Amino acid sequence: MSASLCVVPDSISAGAPRPPSIHEVGARIKSHEWVNGEYRLLVLDAPASILNCEPGQFFHLLCPQTDRFQPYLRRPMSIYSFDAARGTLSFLYKVAGAGTGALAELQPGATLNIVGPLGKGFEIRPEWQRPLLLARGVGLATLAPLARECARLDRPLTAVCSARSPELLMSTDLFRSYGAEVITVTDAEGNSGVESLTTLIERLIRSRGIDAFFTCGSARLMRMLQEMGARHGIVGQVALEQQMACGIGMCQACVRPFRRETGAVNLRVCREGPVFDLQEVL
Amino acid sequence: MADLTTKIGTLTLKNPIMPASGTFSEELAEVFHLDTIGAHVTKTITRGKRAGNPMPRVCEVGGAMLNSIGIPSKGAEWFVKNVVPFYADYDAPLVISISANTADEFARFAEEVSVPGVAAIEVNISCPNIEDDGKAFAMRPGPTGDVIRKMRSATSLPLWAKLSPNTGEVVEVAQAAEAAGADALVTANTMLAMAIDSRTGCVRLGNIMGGLSGPALRPITLRMTYQCARAVAIPVIGCGGISAIDDVLEYLIAGARAVQVGTATFISPTTMPRLVRELEQALVGRGLPSVDALIGTVEVAYEAITLAEYA
Repeated sequence: MSASLCVVPDSISAGAPRPPSIHEVGARIKSHEWVNGEYRLLVLDAPASILNCEPGQFFHLLCPQTDRFQPYLRRPMSIYSFDAARGTLSFLYKVAGAGTGALAELQPGATLNIVGPLGKGFEIRPEWQRPLLLARGVGLATLAPLARECARLDRPLTAVCSARSPELLMSTDLFRSYGAEVITVTDAEGNSGVESLTTLIERLIRSRGIDAFFTCGSARLMRMLQEMGARHGIVGQVALEQQMACGIGMCQACVRPFRRETGAVNLRVCREGPVFDLQEVL
Repeated sequence: MADLTTKIGTLTLKNPIMPASGTFSEELAEVFHLDTIGAHVTKTITRGKRAGNPMPRVCEVGGAMLNSIGIPSKGAEWFVKNVVPFYADYDAPLVISISANTADEFARFAEEVSVPGVAAIEVNISCPNIEDDGKAFAMRPGPTGDVIRKMRSATSLPLWAKLSPNTGEVVEVAQAAEAAGADALVTANTMLAMAIDSRTGCVRLGNIMGGLSGPALRPITLRMTYQCARAVAIPVIGCGGISAIDDVLEYLIAGARAVQVGTATFISPTTMPRLVRELEQALVGRGLPSVDALIGTVEVAYEAITLAEYA
């Protein structure tokens, strides 16, 4: 990484004191179920103050201390769904390390301390009339609120969902309930490789008139869409994951390099992201 | 009601709770009203641009954190133009933290950032993350005195020397800073540390070594606070592992006139306003009229009950 990289964003929000928009709250666990062998769905009773969310935003979860796991830092987790009318907020997550391992032990009725909503979400521009979503693994959860927003904005959506095996293909029914055309591919079926997907998406671009890409969950697929997007002049956005400490923008732990007009800049995934312009990711 | 104000030299703070450099930024204004706390301390800046260290920049280790962020900075000019004005809307004094490679550069830098809106300069002579295998000015009294002396002649702003736990000469370094004209000491920065993933054999920070912070650091920096408060006449500001009100009280009793809260803000961004509320309750609960009444009241005699537990 060159020493010329700038590390703080060019704009700083206005200084005038204003009411808090990021909240730290204790939310009661309404339900907490396994959806398959690896993923759990966590549904919280949440106050209205934190449910003014954008698709693609995340919360920072204070995972509990348990006998088996003692996570110290919070864990960022993208929103699976938010419903201000019902007062619910949910997360679909893969049980992987100390944080999610500890989280998985929480029972309904317990309280979970969460901070959010955080970050910059997806922006569905008016000219994007025929979007395509490509999600893999946990990206299927991150892109669920985007599919709902596409339905709300009346944009026909094609959702290409990828996973290792068919039982790990989550939220495809949810995508269908939002009116999306769902196409599934899996490693087990041998149709999830870059070559097969390139052929599939080339065909969809021609037949559906795809004019925007959204993706999350795989660096390999993000690179593939960057290449296809450059070739076809199709723009898009990607939601990125990065290890974080503060989640709010103070610590500069979660930076990544991005291409900007002035050259490469380091941006904070927690603050300038987690959603970025697809072509800006280096 | 208890009087929460505290004086750090010529500055009067409305309460003794302030952030530790590197764990505070403008974004926290979206979590709570920034005038709730006693002062604002910015992340350390350098004169020129710095990209910072390679990833990963943080990792957690049993109830603590290691970081090697590496002081990414957009430079002095950008900071004065863009960041200083943000804090003009607040009453709490703005303390800016600066770092440099030489004593002369520290002095020039101090002059450049002595602008309206800046109430004090925190002199980061103790960041273990920059160069030279974790070495820092604040490890020895000589280099500490050089930096502060040169800065003293370059600015009239109060200078707060941020000391390092990575030294065997805590008292000598503190006295050197005082003799050279420091207005306050901050005890202390992070402790040089490292972590290895035993499964993969890989170091867990991109910079190999980094600074330990969080509750595990507290007994060490509390000890430094106690040592320094006894050894110098200037105010000492305690810093290291504070997350609960008892931690704040501990530092005040040890002799700190104020405290800085760091990593705890990452764990709970509302920690500082909570500690301000709880400090008032704690003083009232003890029948104390003010923060001043608690500062430096440490009892050093053994109590019988302590011995009885081990009998």
